[in-house]
Amino acid sequence: MMRAALALLLVVLLGSAARADRLIVSVSNHRVTVTPNYSGEELVLFGSVEKDTTTPADRTAYDLVVTVMGPRADMVTRRKERTFGIWINTDYRQFLQVPSYLALFANRPFDAITSPEIARRQQVGLNNVLLTQRVGGDYADVVPNDAFRSAFIRLRTQRGLYREDPSAVTFLTPTLFRTGIPLPAEVPIGTYEVEIKLFANGAFIGKTETAFEIVKVGFEQFVATTARQNGLIYGLVTAAMALMTGWMASIVFRKD
Amino acid sequence: MQLYLPIADLPVNVFLVLAMGAAVGFVSGMFGIGGGFLMTPLLIFIGITPAVAVASVTSHIAASSFSGALSYWRRRAIDPALASVLLCGGVTGTALGVWTFTQLRALGQLDLMIALSYVVLLTTVGSLMFSEGLRALMRTRRGALPPRRTHNWIHGLPLKMRFKRSKIYLSVIPVVIVGIMIGFIGAIMGIGGGFILVPIMIYLLRVPTSTVIGTSMVLTLVTMLFATMLHAVTNHLVDAVLALILMVGGVTGAQFGVRAGQKIRGEQLRLLLGLLILSVGMRFAIELGIQPADLFTIRELGAS
Repeated sequence: MMRAALALLLVVLLGSAARADRLIVSVSNHRVTVTPNYSGEELVLFGSVEKDTTTPADRTAYDLVVTVMGPRADMVTRRKERTFGIWINTDYRQFLQVPSYLALFANRPFDAITSPEIARRQQVGLNNVLLTQRVGGDYADVVPNDAFRSAFIRLRTQRGLYREDPSAVTFLTPTLFRTGIPLPAEVPIGTYEVEIKLFANGAFIGKTETAFEIVKVGFEQFVATTARQNGLIYGLVTAAMALMTGWMASIVFRKD
Repeated sequence: MQLYLPIADLPVNVFLVLAMGAAVGFVSGMFGIGGGFLMTPLLIFIGITPAVAVASVTSHIAASSFSGALSYWRRRAIDPALASVLLCGGVTGTALGVWTFTQLRALGQLDLMIALSYVVLLTTVGSLMFSEGLRALMRTRRGALPPRRTHNWIHGLPLKMRFKRSKIYLSVIPVVIVGIMIGFIGAIMGIGGGFILVPIMIYLLRVPTSTVIGTSMVLTLVTMLFATMLHAVTNHLVDAVLALILMVGGVTGAQFGVRAGQKIRGEQLRLLLGLLILSVGMRFAIELGIQPADLFTIRELGAS
């Protein structure tokens, strides 16, 4: 029995080792909690590239692109135009199931890592990430310099929710790397997917995935879920709270 | 000290919000108004979305008007009959207002509507109040008597009812309409509407000044409680943590405001209030007219 298990383990290990250049990664914290005094945090992603026998001997320099994607949501981008002397929302585009948080990190400029063709296919760089828009009845991503798309990325970047940093990944040794994942104060709650893509000499070699989640805990979580799921009770409690505060004030500050 | 607001989804400085609540409370105590028309713009200014600001301020106004209403009740300065007729209209108006709020939000024109209603309402009411205060001030300077009040067309309407404590005999139609109007704009704009209601009741309905503020506070209280409930049930936008901080700051500030207000004469008070309302309105008007720093805005349609 024991021997059989060992044999199986050996097969599994050998089987996985047979694939070229494995990536092994881990984030410093798989569960980020948003507490009352949360004001942003930075996670650290560690990893190493494991060579094996099939790796060409001349392959020494690796390039890495780390993509962090927050929970997906539908979003609308609206454009204001001057109408009758005032600025009002006129045109809009709907972005379907786009990441609420998106970060792209690499060890050197994206265009130096790989060819534009592969960069587009592997969604390397904010300009190449797929952001599906609803254009009339069609669903499509548009050219990177589309006004709505670039405004969308610019606004998300301003809020610290979209970012790209081609120098964030550092190689500690030729195969050991790390990168920081900064999370802003107004970070969306949910599951975050992390994709690590490995390139060598401009070619895409492989990728691995990991994930972490951001959760509200304690009171915040309780308030937010109650507001969403039990709107009536939440409203009643808020109304009662208002009455209590008003009543207490009239007692405390009563003059006569 | 930073505190994370669970519904607004952003961290704020507790002392900043407390101070804002206290400042607005001071003004509201001084002029005997709810102060929503100041609070909502201030919250929008510190980065809270207009929708959350409007919804949360409703509960803040409920708290401050309840403490006010209690003290007026003790002084028997509330007309229960008049208040209940106003409420019939007020509750209907609030329901309509919250429904409109939801529709506008879906259309993406909520922020514009909030800004536009602020401009129209505040500049109109502000300039009326300012000019009226100015005229009253000139009259007292000249030592002339205020013009005698006469009955107007409103007092010719049918369905008359006797309001004992206010000692008036009045048709219920204008009272209900006023209630609907105040409830409607209150729910959309996140204001109690006291600063509009009180002048309307004095000048149009001829309600005596002894009961006018107390009675208007009852309407504000009930419509705002109702609006809080509806905003919580339909839009899930009421931030209870934010509201609580505002309430605590507001009711404290109001006490000092009341004392300050008693030292200033009535006409000067109206002049000041008119000026304040007008300047908030003008600020919104200017904002609509100049080109925004960013022509684009993003809104999440709810996470999947």
